[in-house]
Amino acid sequence: MTRCAALVLVTALLGPPALAAEIPLTERKSGYDFMSRETRAMQDDETANPGMLWVLDGEALWTRKDGAAAQSCADCHGDARTSMKGVAARYPAFDAVRGRPIDLEQRINICRADKQRATPFAPESKDLLALAAFVGRQSRGMPVEIADDERIKPFLQAGRDMFHQRQGQLNLSCAQCHDDNWGQKLAGAPIPQGQATGYPLYRLEWQTLGSLQRRLRNCLFGMRAISYPFGAPENVDLELYLMWRARGMPFEAPAVRP
Amino acid sequence: MARALINVPPKSKRGDVIEIKTLISHVMETGFRPDPTGKPIPRDIITDFVCKYNGEEIFRAELFPAIGANPFISFFTVATASGTLAFEWAGDNGFVATESVDITVE
Amino acid sequence: MTRDDDMPRATRRRFLVETAALAGAAGIGLSLTPVPASATPASMRAAIRKVVGEAPLKKGKLKIDLPPLIENGNAVPLVLTCDSPMTADDHVKAMHVFTEKNPQPNVISIQLGPRAGRASVSTRIRLADSQKVVAIAQMSDGSFWSEEIEVVVTLAACLEGV
Repeated sequence: MTRCAALVLVTALLGPPALAAEIPLTERKSGYDFMSRETRAMQDDETANPGMLWVLDGEALWTRKDGAAAQSCADCHGDARTSMKGVAARYPAFDAVRGRPIDLEQRINICRADKQRATPFAPESKDLLALAAFVGRQSRGMPVEIADDERIKPFLQAGRDMFHQRQGQLNLSCAQCHDDNWGQKLAGAPIPQGQATGYPLYRLEWQTLGSLQRRLRNCLFGMRAISYPFGAPENVDLELYLMWRARGMPFEAPAVRP
Repeated sequence: MARALINVPPKSKRGDVIEIKTLISHVMETGFRPDPTGKPIPRDIITDFVCKYNGEEIFRAELFPAIGANPFISFFTVATASGTLAFEWAGDNGFVATESVDITVE
Repeated sequence: MTRDDDMPRATRRRFLVETAALAGAAGIGLSLTPVPASATPASMRAAIRKVVGEAPLKKGKLKIDLPPLIENGNAVPLVLTCDSPMTADDHVKAMHVFTEKNPQPNVISIQLGPRAGRASVSTRIRLADSQKVVAIAQMSDGSFWSEEIEVVVTLAACLEGV
């Protein structure tokens, strides 16, 4: 029996119905720590990090006037280096108007629709990713900090439940790999903890920059489960849980991952 | 839009060997990938990259599909005089991109 | 629960790993369409001969820096360096990289001169499988030097669908 199949079988048989224990805060590691030296260097070197191409595009979009209101992001937010510092590291955040948490891409699109009176960007579109990368870059190195807000609690619990729920044809939960078996090998590659500290990131597998929601769709596909469509509240609840789980860890956008 | 990121030491001394780093956004479609119907997606790559220093060619590369998407190419040159480094990428489907940076050599 | 019934498990796993490796390298989702014919050691030798002709290949001077274990074949950092004083009389004129198992053997060809100061280039390449990578340097005196390296290419465990 291959090691991969054995691991799957063992976790399927022995996985307890109770919640898997969360990783102790001091033992948390970013996906960065599981990468090769060369891939880490690619992330660290801003002159070679492919994600920086999107940051550059985002920087140009930041000052572009758009929409019926002919406003640019800069018209309201000024210099992103100051106004956006720490912002991405706080998302997903509760939106009082919508009565639920939203992620950074949703926030950008809300600004587009409400303030610029322009058509929102399509999910995973180049412009949306560029702005998310540019805004994300302004939080690089800062600790992930999801506000201790009473209002997010039910959504955080929903995200946590999803993380622990067995699903798909393999009947696996996220927690079984990423809480219980991180650091071990699956199909030749180390299993990371799934700390979502670097999004949007350049994934070598995609040969392009992508969002956390795109990565979650990959995960669910890998588990032979049905993914939620882009923008679905389930995705944002899970994103919220993942960012809360990574609280205190340095934000790395735009990261590079295999 | 093809955006390029160039990195050179802004100041150097005459005779220094300086590193020039270039990164350009381009899909570098190999021509071997099948689309969802199984037909290969046509090749679309950058095939040539040239760098000129004050008008004189100092580096040339011929790229093939095996060069990764968003090509990163870094190389060296001897800093001889202040001036301009001019970069040109050319490829399939009439693709052309240019970029230039000024350098100061003391 | 197993879907391995139709193929011996070892063969199926190798099939998945190889198509996944090719998929990973060229960014294809896992699919069962026929994969394109890959380069062979013979086609790599032919590509090398086009550059070198019948000249002998001397071993040495070149250093190929590639991670021995590659996490994803889509963007593998490669640093190629050739030991040379890079003077007008003694310099590297060109460097070429080839692979054995990619769909086609050429990777990059660069032209240099004494103005380079250092015969070294860094880039990111695609590798479709664990294989041999060969570098050739052409010197100003007409001599050719070569070096080769073997690398192993693996993939992330959870691939994207088509």
